Amino acid sequence: MTTAVAISLSVNGERVEANVLPRLNLADFLREHLKLTGTHVGCEHGVCGACTVRVNGDIVRSCLLLAVQAHNATVETIEGVSDSGEIADLQSAFRERNALQCGFCTPGMLMAAQDLLKQSSCPDREQIREHLSGNYCRCTGYQAVIDAIETTARARAERLS
Amino acid sequence: MKASAFAYARATSVANALELLTVHGERAKVLSGGQSLLPAMNLRLIAPELIIDIGDLAELRGVVVKGGVLTIGALTRHVDLLKSPEIAAHASLLTDAVAHIAHPAIRNRGTIGGSLAHADPASELPACMLTLGATIIVHGPGRERRIAASEFFAGIYETALRPQELLVAVELPVSPKNSTYFFHEFARRHGDYAIVGLAAQAVVNDGRFADLRLGFFAVGDRPLLAGSAGKLVNVTITSAVFSEACSALDEELDPLEDQQATPAMRRHLAKVLLARCVSSLLDRPDLHAGASA
Repeated sequence: MTTAVAISLSVNGERVEANVLPRLNLADFLREHLKLTGTHVGCEHGVCGACTVRVNGDIVRSCLLLAVQAHNATVETIEGVSDSGEIADLQSAFRERNALQCGFCTPGMLMAAQDLLKQSSCPDREQIREHLSGNYCRCTGYQAVIDAIETTARARAERLS
Repeated sequence: MKASAFAYARATSVANALELLTVHGERAKVLSGGQSLLPAMNLRLIAPELIIDIGDLAELRGVVVKGGVLTIGALTRHVDLLKSPEIAAHASLLTDAVAHIAHPAIRNRGTIGGSLAHADPASELPACMLTLGATIIVHGPGRERRIAASEFFAGIYETALRPQELLVAVELPVSPKNSTYFFHEFARRHGDYAIVGLAAQAVVNDGRFADLRLGFFAVGDRPLLAGSAGKLVNVTITSAVFSEACSALDEELDPLEDQQATPAMRRHLAKVLLARCVSSLLDRPDLHAGASA
């Protein structure tokens, strides 16, 4: 019974049909099968946050979701939100503030940050820290990341007012 | 690491999940949110032959209030609890506690049923169930069992749930209108596993506890509803009364040693939490004095 299972899902707006083994997690499915390698695989047990993607609008750990569980789901990865321009301002704030060095954690940081900014228009630094508490960065420290998110939040709030 | 190979079945109904469990029993594991099960499988701590995915069973999701009872479906996610107006109104301790469970991306998948069935002694919800006097509803072949939370947790990752049974819901009595609560946990970083935590609910009349329920977690192999709370009920709390309660609490604790803390440190932190709890609920800053972590 450890045979492949047929799944059908939407990934970054495109319909994807595939046959996958049950043990394949969503992160590996995105990377190996769809070649969407922006989603990174760090710890593989839900601690580091590098594999954060959106499933049905909510951020999740794609290493803690089986590809078969994503059947009928809508998945958005860093490639999707990047190509659509949804996070262009956030990306440029990260770049300007040097909020990354090696960049391994950055896709997950951006997905988590955008999730916060969608829910809360003007989060304070404590709220930003809390929302990103599940995302590890092993090179920059976190100050610049928080600066970049705070700057983006303010700029978006100003654009709306 | 990656999980070892397993077979997969997507349950189409509770009855179907029970049929699969009846056939496969201990060889199978039920998958709800997967936020504890999949890490354990990825780390190869467990290697079930069959995963029964109950994620599509919408009937197990949601919060209902009726006749003084809150019923929470097993598949209700942590984020649903956090945002539920019913939970905020009738079990506000839970709203506060859930914010301490892991991180947003985990709370978007993790479920109450999964957390209770997993029974990690450091997790928040099992202790809350003891404090709130929950009943855990379990379906098995041909019958339903209603298990008091105080009878449900049996050890590290051990519960009264049998291999053929499925946890379907929990019932909580609506918190009394005049009740107050306290929740705090010590953790290295927000969202990490608690080093020691306390989920308390109380009724306070004229500066005294008319009722006090203290659910400690990460103080032993299972959550603890502290009997020593009784020492603080219907009395005026002096420092002598309080230190007697602390000694009684110390007797009840059986903390484990791990990478985070020694048993002695956990005993100390449990008493610090008790002091903060009592001082906060009674608005008695004097009882907090000296209770430093």
